[in-house]
Amino acid sequence: MGGAFNVNHFNFMLTGAVWTVGLSLIAFAGGGLLGFAIALARVSRNRLLRWPATVYVQLVQGTPLLIVMFLCYFGLAMLGLNLPAIVAAGLSMTIYVGAYAGEIWRGCIQSVPRTQWEAAECLALRRWQRMRLVILPQAARIATPPTVGFMVQVVKNTSLASIVGFVELTRAGQIVNNSIVAPLLVYMLVAGIYFALCFPLSWWSRKLEVRLNFAHRRQPDLAFAPA
Amino acid sequence: MMGYKLEFADVLAQWPLFVQGAWMTIQLSTLAVVLGFTIGTLCAIGRRSRYRLLSFACGTYVEAVRNTPLLIQIFIVFFGLSSAGFKIPAFAAALVALVLNVGAYTCEIMRAGMDAVHKGQIEAAECLGLRRAQVYWHVILRPAMEKVDPALTSQFVLLMLASSITSQIGVEELTAVANRVQSDTYRSFESFIVVAVIYIVLSWMMRGGLWAIGQVVFTRRRKLGTLA
Repeated sequence: MGGAFNVNHFNFMLTGAVWTVGLSLIAFAGGGLLGFAIALARVSRNRLLRWPATVYVQLVQGTPLLIVMFLCYFGLAMLGLNLPAIVAAGLSMTIYVGAYAGEIWRGCIQSVPRTQWEAAECLALRRWQRMRLVILPQAARIATPPTVGFMVQVVKNTSLASIVGFVELTRAGQIVNNSIVAPLLVYMLVAGIYFALCFPLSWWSRKLEVRLNFAHRRQPDLAFAPA
Repeated sequence: MMGYKLEFADVLAQWPLFVQGAWMTIQLSTLAVVLGFTIGTLCAIGRRSRYRLLSFACGTYVEAVRNTPLLIQIFIVFFGLSSAGFKIPAFAAALVALVLNVGAYTCEIMRAGMDAVHKGQIEAAECLGLRRAQVYWHVILRPAMEKVDPALTSQFVLLMLASSITSQIGVEELTAVANRVQSDTYRSFESFIVVAVIYIVLSWMMRGGLWAIGQVVFTRRRKLGTLA
């Protein structure tokens, strides 16, 4: 107990930040795959795919991430699996990212103009070919800005993993604060590190969005441009 | 894997606690939404201001809040301020943090809505001799709100879900109740399932409630029959 804030404390927090980044990457990799499957299932013509995906999204989007974390944490323990906190944290982040990213991407797939589907159909492409060769490449362009923006949410929400005992940035801050009791300083620093991680992503997302909108706005203008 | 049988009886016997917790969640979210929406809208107006300092201050606030986790914001308000000599109860600290948080998101959403109002409309209103406040109210704010109504609804539901985080500073809302029940009954999985179901119901109720408010507030939409 006691003592002043020193370099070791800061280094400990930076190590925590590395785990925050790690957990974010795990969440984004796992959640990205799940979300992609959810997005495809949501636009599928097969009801057996569409319905479970819809129910999944409804359930996850109606439950706080913190509760999902507790359910994973205690659920895994209940199955008799004694796994480290990162597994519960990674699993719950994957579940969470899957639902939200899936919805974002579904919106992007559906915002590709209808005529593109029809044109692909006229070219005698099969449904999966249409999806892979025509729709998804265009949807990916539309999806980039909101996806980067969502990554900010993912990084921030990994802070909840501290509550189930995973030592990432927030938990590292709590541990430092428990030993030196300077909450304002410590949590401001933690906030500063989160800001340093998130702000570039926010900025990038905005840039991408402006560029995308620019491309979309130019087209009608060009049509009326004097020859 | 061990066999495990779900037992809800002990957990459900604690229903008065769950009702109290849900009520606390509803109070906290409603207050935070009302206050946060007000602050956010003012902030969105501030960001459009001609005074550089004001628009810069509003922009800084929005970026600072949107790029840091709510959990840390709650800690700064609760532990940070109390260590600086401002002792405030947990509920007040939670409310302040939630209001600041949702205010920043509302500001961005409202700004997008206000930017979508065509310049010609504002010029037309000015030509009709409307005062600045009238222009803002009739021509900018109300159509903007109408446009971003779905985004606001999603944001407010997210806020209600995020209020679960306030359990970490000891606010007796739904998640805190779940923690208490699970430590009393040793039925952790069941407690959190019950609470998850309550949250899902609350989020549906909230969506329904906000939809109904939209129907009443946006008279133009009702008259035109363009229901969202």
